[in-house]
Amino acid sequence: MTVWDDVVGQQRVVDQLSAAALAAGALITADPAEARPDSSAMTHAWLFTGPPGSGRATAARAFAAALQCVSPDRALGAAPGCGFCEGCHTTLVGTHADVEVVRTDLLTIGVKDTRDLVRRSSLTPAGGRWQVIVLEDADRLTEGAGNVLLKAVEEPAPRTVWLLCAPSLEDVLPTIRSRCRALVLRTPPAEAIADTLVRRDGVDPQMAAFAARAAHGHIGRARRLATDEGARTRREEVLRIPQMVSDIGGCLKAAQQLVDSAVEDARQVAEGTDAKETEELRAALGASGAGSRLPRGTAGVLKDLQDRQKRRATRTQRDTLDRALIDLAGFYRDVLAVQVGAATELCNAELRPTIDRFAASSTPEHTLRRIEAVLDCRRALDRNVAPLLALEAMTVSLRAA
Amino acid sequence: MSVRHGMLWGMARTTKKDDPLAPVTLAVGQEDLLVDRAVAQVVAAARADDPDTDVRELTPDLLRPGTLAELTSPSLFAERKVVVVRAAQDVAADTVKELKAYLTDPAAEITLVLAHAGGAKGKGLLDAARKAGAREVPCPKMTKPAERLGFVRTEFRAAGRSVTEEACRALVDAIGSDLRELASACGQLAADVEGTIDEAVVARYYTGRAEASSFTVADRAVEGRTAQALEQLRWALAVGVAPVLITSALAQGVRAVGKLATAPRGMRPGDLARELGMPPWKVDKVRQQMRGWTGDGLAVALRAVAEADEAVKGAGSDPAYALERAVVAVAQAARSGGR
Repeated sequence: MTVWDDVVGQQRVVDQLSAAALAAGALITADPAEARPDSSAMTHAWLFTGPPGSGRATAARAFAAALQCVSPDRALGAAPGCGFCEGCHTTLVGTHADVEVVRTDLLTIGVKDTRDLVRRSSLTPAGGRWQVIVLEDADRLTEGAGNVLLKAVEEPAPRTVWLLCAPSLEDVLPTIRSRCRALVLRTPPAEAIADTLVRRDGVDPQMAAFAARAAHGHIGRARRLATDEGARTRREEVLRIPQMVSDIGGCLKAAQQLVDSAVEDARQVAEGTDAKETEELRAALGASGAGSRLPRGTAGVLKDLQDRQKRRATRTQRDTLDRALIDLAGFYRDVLAVQVGAATELCNAELRPTIDRFAASSTPEHTLRRIEAVLDCRRALDRNVAPLLALEAMTVSLRAA
Repeated sequence: MSVRHGMLWGMARTTKKDDPLAPVTLAVGQEDLLVDRAVAQVVAAARADDPDTDVRELTPDLLRPGTLAELTSPSLFAERKVVVVRAAQDVAADTVKELKAYLTDPAAEITLVLAHAGGAKGKGLLDAARKAGAREVPCPKMTKPAERLGFVRTEFRAAGRSVTEEACRALVDAIGSDLRELASACGQLAADVEGTIDEAVVARYYTGRAEASSFTVADRAVEGRTAQALEQLRWALAVGVAPVLITSALAQGVRAVGKLATAPRGMRPGDLARELGMPPWKVDKVRQQMRGWTGDGLAVALRAVAEADEAVKGAGSDPAYALERAVVAVAQAARSGGR
């Protein structure tokens, strides 16, 4: 096993990163008296891009582990990133002192948090190798936060490496983009995903093949589908929508149902964490126990926490809706594939009869318009249109198209 | 409330329940205009009795322990005095004690007016004053349109003028909910106009509309009345209704029509209301609006509203234009079935 095992179907990127890790190791072990070794394979800032679920964050973390690898085999010529040594292991489980993983369950990363990150980035690595900062949601940096990062990413401390992840190059500021070396991950093939599910998660091969197809190349989603019965049920519900939207009442009902299930999802996520967080904060402020009053002047802190929880709920709702829309678009993609007689594999092979029926009863133009409606809805949600309204506009378009 | 002035205070002067010169007057409520009027009435009555009446207005911060005793102690010239305590609910605890003591034993030459908001705050003082048999003038905020109409009618009646019902309504529409403005408008009309005050007179003095809600815009649009809907939209934007509220009201209006149109037939009104999640009166209203709508019309309208919602949230450069387009689209869709 090596650290690269979890990076699914990205051989080219893995080769490039191993070479970089090797060069990075050479930089550290080089005798300062001699000339610096050729280090063009390694650089101080990387931007991992690729479609959602292609494993950007996993690749970044694997690279971080390879940078921190202290395996004695390296001296014998082995590639760094053994996956067993203390450096690799602690990085992968997230406890390495010199690897900072920044992610957010909110909608954006703000200036305040970023300033703090910049300060920490200039620390000398405690382990003597590299100070690695993995910014998993670089696309969620606000514009102000991006500007705060500029200087730090352009000229970091000698042993600091920035690993930024974003869905596409356009998702980060041009000024940040130009300061990073770009790595493009491809959508992993379904076979590679299925293989990983079987090997790593012990999923039944048939289920793994289904999940890999249904997830459209999204590794995390595939695993969720393969292991979580609830996720499969919800997906089936979403895929029933094309049959529900035959009349206006059905359209409105379908939209309402999607929003309800998203709200329910957010509520389930919140149920576990919100109450606990609130109670912990109250205890920290000295007001533990139900009904006891908060000390004077601390109500604001609690309000902040509630605001954050609310933003998190919004994010969960949006993510759920987005996933549903992707599934829906996948269905129409299959219909289109059948209509034009494309010889590709269907995402929803198990729905073949329904898909055939849809393909026979409409034209490719209709199908394309429907896919367009789904994508328009995603864009509208992204622009903060009221979810129910956006979905209704979509479902009535699915009907009318 | 039963008031037994003479017995309680053993005063030389016998007081009736509505005598403004009762030793203690309570103005209870949050409508400033009415409170001011209650105070002015007492002052005017006192001045009529004795033109040299001294009027003292006190706010809670001016009212320190001892102030009251100083003001209410007998003066050398035995002059009449009116002491007004504003915002009596905010008076400090020490002073409340003094006030309560005074209430049980008021001075003969002095008329005390307590303006109290009437809430739970400072309720002790309010209760004590009531118990002592103070004259109470209710000054509640007027929240319902019908109350404001009634207010306007009484204003004109008090000025001895006749006024038509439509004129009252037009005045309330044009001026809105601020009672002070309503009162001064009534005063001006009564002073300037001779004869009966009718709608035409009001229109000459006051045009426009002070309050327009997003729901009126949506109602007119869903009924297919394009011109009225656009007019309401302009008023709503002019008085500062947020564009997002208007798109959300439009969406609700169209959605309600869609839900009712596709609801199962033959349900009892109560069950139908529950099924649709609307109160029964709303169901009746939507049923009226439903005429003229078609399925395709609903689809067009929903898409138009969603587009407008996106535009007012930053995707477009002019929210007002986006809203107008949506309103026109909805109103047109409302007539798609022909009526």
